[in-house]
Amino acid sequence: MFGSRAQSKGQSEAVSEASEEPPPPPDPATRLALYRQMVAMRGFEKRAYDLFLQGLVKGTSHLGLGQEAIAAAFGCAMRHDDYTFATYRGHNHTLARGVPMTPVMGELMGRSCGLMAGKGGSMHLTSVEHGMMGSYAIIGAHLTIANGAAFSAKSRGTSQVAVCFFGDGTTNIGAFHEALNLAAVWKLPVVFVCENNLWMEYTPIASVTAVAHPAADRASAYGLAPILVDGNDADAMYDVATTALARARAGDGPSLIEAATYRHGGHSRADPGKYRSDEELEYWLGRDPLPAYRGRLLGAGVDEAVLAALEAEVAAEVDEATEQAKASPPPSLDLVMSDVWADGGSSWRN
Amino acid sequence: MAELTYRDAVAAAIAQEMERDESVVFIGEDVGAAGGVFKATVGLLEKFGPTRVLDTPISEQAILGVAMGAAMTGMRPIAEIMFSDFFAVSWDLVANEIAKTRYMTNGQVTLPLVIRSGNGGGSRFGAQHSQSVENWAMAIPGLKVVAPSTPRDVMGLFAAAVRDPDPVLFFEHKSLYSLKGEVEDGEILDELGKAATRREGKDVTIVALAAMVPRALAAAEQLASEGVEATVIDLRSLVPLDVSAVAASIASTGHLVTVEENPRLCGWGAELSSIIAEENLFDLDGPIVRVTTPHVPLPAADTLEDAAMPSASRIVEGVRRSLA
Ligand SMILES: Cc1ncc(C[n+]2csc(CCOP(=O)(O)OP(=O)(O)O)c2C)c(N)n1
Repeated sequence: MFGSRAQSKGQSEAVSEASEEPPPPPDPATRLALYRQMVAMRGFEKRAYDLFLQGLVKGTSHLGLGQEAIAAAFGCAMRHDDYTFATYRGHNHTLARGVPMTPVMGELMGRSCGLMAGKGGSMHLTSVEHGMMGSYAIIGAHLTIANGAAFSAKSRGTSQVAVCFFGDGTTNIGAFHEALNLAAVWKLPVVFVCENNLWMEYTPIASVTAVAHPAADRASAYGLAPILVDGNDADAMYDVATTALARARAGDGPSLIEAATYRHGGHSRADPGKYRSDEELEYWLGRDPLPAYRGRLLGAGVDEAVLAALEAEVAAEVDEATEQAKASPPPSLDLVMSDVWADGGSSWRN
Repeated sequence: MAELTYRDAVAAAIAQEMERDESVVFIGEDVGAAGGVFKATVGLLEKFGPTRVLDTPISEQAILGVAMGAAMTGMRPIAEIMFSDFFAVSWDLVANEIAKTRYMTNGQVTLPLVIRSGNGGGSRFGAQHSQSVENWAMAIPGLKVVAPSTPRDVMGLFAAAVRDPDPVLFFEHKSLYSLKGEVEDGEILDELGKAATRREGKDVTIVALAAMVPRALAAAEQLASEGVEATVIDLRSLVPLDVSAVAASIASTGHLVTVEENPRLCGWGAELSSIIAEENLFDLDGPIVRVTTPHVPLPAADTLEDAAMPSASRIVEGVRRSLA
């Protein structure tokens, strides 16, 4: 299930699948919600890419095309007051918490309607009111910060859970190991989700990692069970997410999940991803989470008209967000000097 | 009034804030059961229990990450970085995460946290356990930087730091931990960004911080015997920076000497000097002189370390150069 590269490192040994028997599928409403989220993410990211090519999204952006099932599963499984911590590849995870598309699109375009009025940009999407506690762009740090939110939830006795998403490359930085150890020692209500898309930026994870499964094979070092899941299967992801969230909420401590997936595009911006073989790309495009899930829903008796209506609704939402963001003026230049401090200003002297 | 050591003032200040506010927690290496490697946190674990005073693994990034994540979700954490030199291994958390997040999120995230750390030289610990790194912190937008010089100020400034809604780096000077001083009874709460004039004199303004304050005062005594009367200003915090206290003083003395423990390049005195040169040049009757540790790592041997750090006699010599 890891595609050609990881298999060549002998992925079959040692680590067992999360569950032997396929779990019962989520209820029909949840399945529709999962599908809707994935369609929304796909539509949003494709539009973001178009806008980038048109020069309307500036700077950089890292798309989650192909990795939607992971964010969607957690989006549907999390409680409204749980905390999300994501990376620069965090558009999907932001939408998954119910943040409307317009402010996200506006942030990518540097407009005043943006989620942070243009002060953060694509890599730092944050919406505290939605539990989206930030997108972080220095590899590793946010695992330690998610621990802090989990520690706080535990101290305050709120039974909230912090969920932290990151890539395979992140498993080789010190902060990953510091965070996992402390989370385990303090039994924190935190769920670490490694989205193994086989590549860091331009280097395959397998070529620089001592073990075949960069997250799962490290779990035992922190006294955790190895959890490997097909990250392109929304039902399987939802099941794993639900289990890990329940475990954290019950006070049984952290989980480390490794979800096998693939990014359809390049690492960022206009990277065509040419370092990947056609064979590998084809294999994974054949495992695209969206058409697979659509087929599964149809097979389960969902009326095609229902799915088509949902898809049309999402398409209209993407168009509307695009138009609203385009129409939004650039942010006020006063913002350059605002909010360094909690008093709203940036003064450092008298 | 009671006489307290600087180290006992640290524990008393933490206790004062933890008693007052349940959302204050304290984490760090060896801070709980052992009472801290400098014995500055003795008794806190016994008093507040293991859910509020937590010993951590040797994981500086994890420590500061916990502080940040807890602060952004309604708590007021105090984290210890044992020696300030160790900030370097967690500098991403300080410089990229804690300092920038409020700004990047357009004010959505508030980070009321304090990171306290043993800073500075004079203990013969060698280059990796002795540096004054307050100028690292001062260079980063989004951090408040505090460094007390007396037990009383430890209490008042620490309380202010904990109650401040922004991240504060609180530099305790290792060579001051056994310093004794009078501390008034009851709650002590100061304001960040207010310098204190420790001595008034008409001839020169000496500005110092933390362990350099007693040295500046010793230099002022020596100068007095030569007929030179010095004002000594203790900055107490670098961010916010009390420029007006310095400007007001040089308006009457006409001379400025800074005493900085940090290695010379980009020390806080350089910033202060440039402000005074830009805004108050015509109040000056002589060159601004910066007395600093030279641009070297600190050596270990007592004779070498003493030669490297600003001493009272080097301060006296600096004042003479400004007055010449
Ligand atoms: C500490 C640090 N080192 C390097 C980078 C540059 N960088 C940005 S993304 C990236 C690849 C990360 O790969 P992975 O963790 O697998 O996440 P993915 O991009 O695949 O989602 C690198 C090296 C960084 N942002 N931070």
